[in-house]
Amino acid sequence: MHSGAKRFLIAAIFAAAVVSCFSAQFNRYYLGIAIDVGINIILAVSLNLINGHTGQFSLGHAGFMAVGGYTAAKITIELSGLVPPQLTPLVFIGALVAGGLLAAIAGLAVGVPTLRLRGDYLAIVTLGFGEIIRVILQNMDSVGAASGLKGIPEYTNFFWAFAFATITVYVVTSIVNSTYGRGFIAVHDDEIAAGAVGINPVRYKVTAFVIGAFFAGIAGGLYAHHKQFLSPTGFDFLKSIDIVMMVILGGMGRTVGVIIAAILLTLLPEFLRGFAEYRMIIYALLVIVLMITRPQGLFTFGKSKWTKT
Amino acid sequence: MDKDMNQPLLQLDKATIRFGGLTAVSEVDLQIGEHELVGLIGPNGAGKTTVFNLITGVYQPTSGKISFGGISTANLKPHRLAGRGIARTFQNIRLFASMTAFDNVRAATQLHRARGIRNALWRGRSFRHGEEKIEGHVMELLEIFHLEKFRDEPAKSLSYGDQRRLEIVRALATKPKLLLLDEPAAGMNPNEKTELMRLIQFIKDKFQISVLLVEHDMQVVMGICERVAVLDYGIKIAEGKPDEIRSNPKVVEAYLGN
Repeated sequence: MHSGAKRFLIAAIFAAAVVSCFSAQFNRYYLGIAIDVGINIILAVSLNLINGHTGQFSLGHAGFMAVGGYTAAKITIELSGLVPPQLTPLVFIGALVAGGLLAAIAGLAVGVPTLRLRGDYLAIVTLGFGEIIRVILQNMDSVGAASGLKGIPEYTNFFWAFAFATITVYVVTSIVNSTYGRGFIAVHDDEIAAGAVGINPVRYKVTAFVIGAFFAGIAGGLYAHHKQFLSPTGFDFLKSIDIVMMVILGGMGRTVGVIIAAILLTLLPEFLRGFAEYRMIIYALLVIVLMITRPQGLFTFGKSKWTKT
Repeated sequence: MDKDMNQPLLQLDKATIRFGGLTAVSEVDLQIGEHELVGLIGPNGAGKTTVFNLITGVYQPTSGKISFGGISTANLKPHRLAGRGIARTFQNIRLFASMTAFDNVRAATQLHRARGIRNALWRGRSFRHGEEKIEGHVMELLEIFHLEKFRDEPAKSLSYGDQRRLEIVRALATKPKLLLLDEPAAGMNPNEKTELMRLIQFIKDKFQISVLLVEHDMQVVMGICERVAVLDYGIKIAEGKPDEIRSNPKVVEAYLGN
């Protein structure tokens, strides 16, 4: 089981590489959507660690994504003329990781003072954080302010998107599926009881927040080098809500369900292109119907979430 | 008393806590020695659970001192005190509802066998070895309490009595020196109560721990406790051997009745 997880990691990255070799044969439009799917899987699975497994309601994921996206984009733009082309993959990885780390630091800075708050209070604070990031970016001339950051090189391809999606899934599931990781779920279930058995709830919450923010930052970097353009309005709270919806639709704390939901909610708007302005209405209806009929999430299998190790 | 009482395991020295104008616990002195089984009784609202919350660090005393193993517990959070060897159960059962019985106990073993994030990610040999050891330890504990057949059942699906026992197992998984039991017999039938009494004695001897027991069931308290303290309106009104308590007029008036 344990080494199986590592094998899965290698196999999935290999598969991504193979598919990526043939990517030139695919329609650019479909390829673009496939990369969107990969990025959204990263976002949803990382948010699932915070909102699902650890039970904290964060609405700040778009903010972390923006921190990572802008950081990575700025780095590659500045370096693109300076390094020889064969080194671009290294520059790209470096920029992504730098963006992820900065987002993680932002997560730490937001998490430490606020994770003593619970439920709705935390939601409001993280919402505020996301808006602050957006307003700061809107007024930063060095990243294009309100008109957005243009001219980002197109480095993201199918391989990078899915390699990082695989790594995200691996990291989140293998952390949670360990004795150490039961602490996240213990905090989710009952903070007082968790404290009574020696689990430090604040520490676990901050850890979840930092890891979640890191991968949101990575996703931001991938997104930036996929769309080649960043605008602060793309990271408003509606973006956070989109990700939260993937987590809720997939079933809080269920990685497989959340991945399926991420795929579905990325494809759905594409199918609904004909009536794009009704997209949010359909989204809303979907969530309402879901919450009434399947409060445990749409894609939930088996009798218990955490029976397996 | 034949034990060495120079250095009590737990000592409350005029422990007091006020919530606004209400003094919930007032200048309570209490000592628990190594390997001792002490009962804490009193009418509803007398402050018994508040005393538990003071000892476990859920509340900080407004005044007075609490020390555990000779060291002050002031300003220590519950998880730190759990690390020092104080474990508890709750009056209203607080299991990790979404986890299996096995995982409930496993989560509590972290303190001693924790393998951190890096190990969980790498999944190398030491991680697997550690996890196997934990599994063995958890199963051993579950077997002692005859709960091994519920290993993969969600904790919330267990019967009431089994949930109470699972909560005790979970507390024991932290390897405590002192176990605080908050009304373990509540809602149990006479057979289960007898079984529980036997079990508490057994735990105390097997794990060499001290037990502080809050309980309303006098049969249980008088049956197993070596010493009993009585709280009324946050004040300790009596303390002594079960027989002395039973005949103490103050206790009879405040709590036991005739």
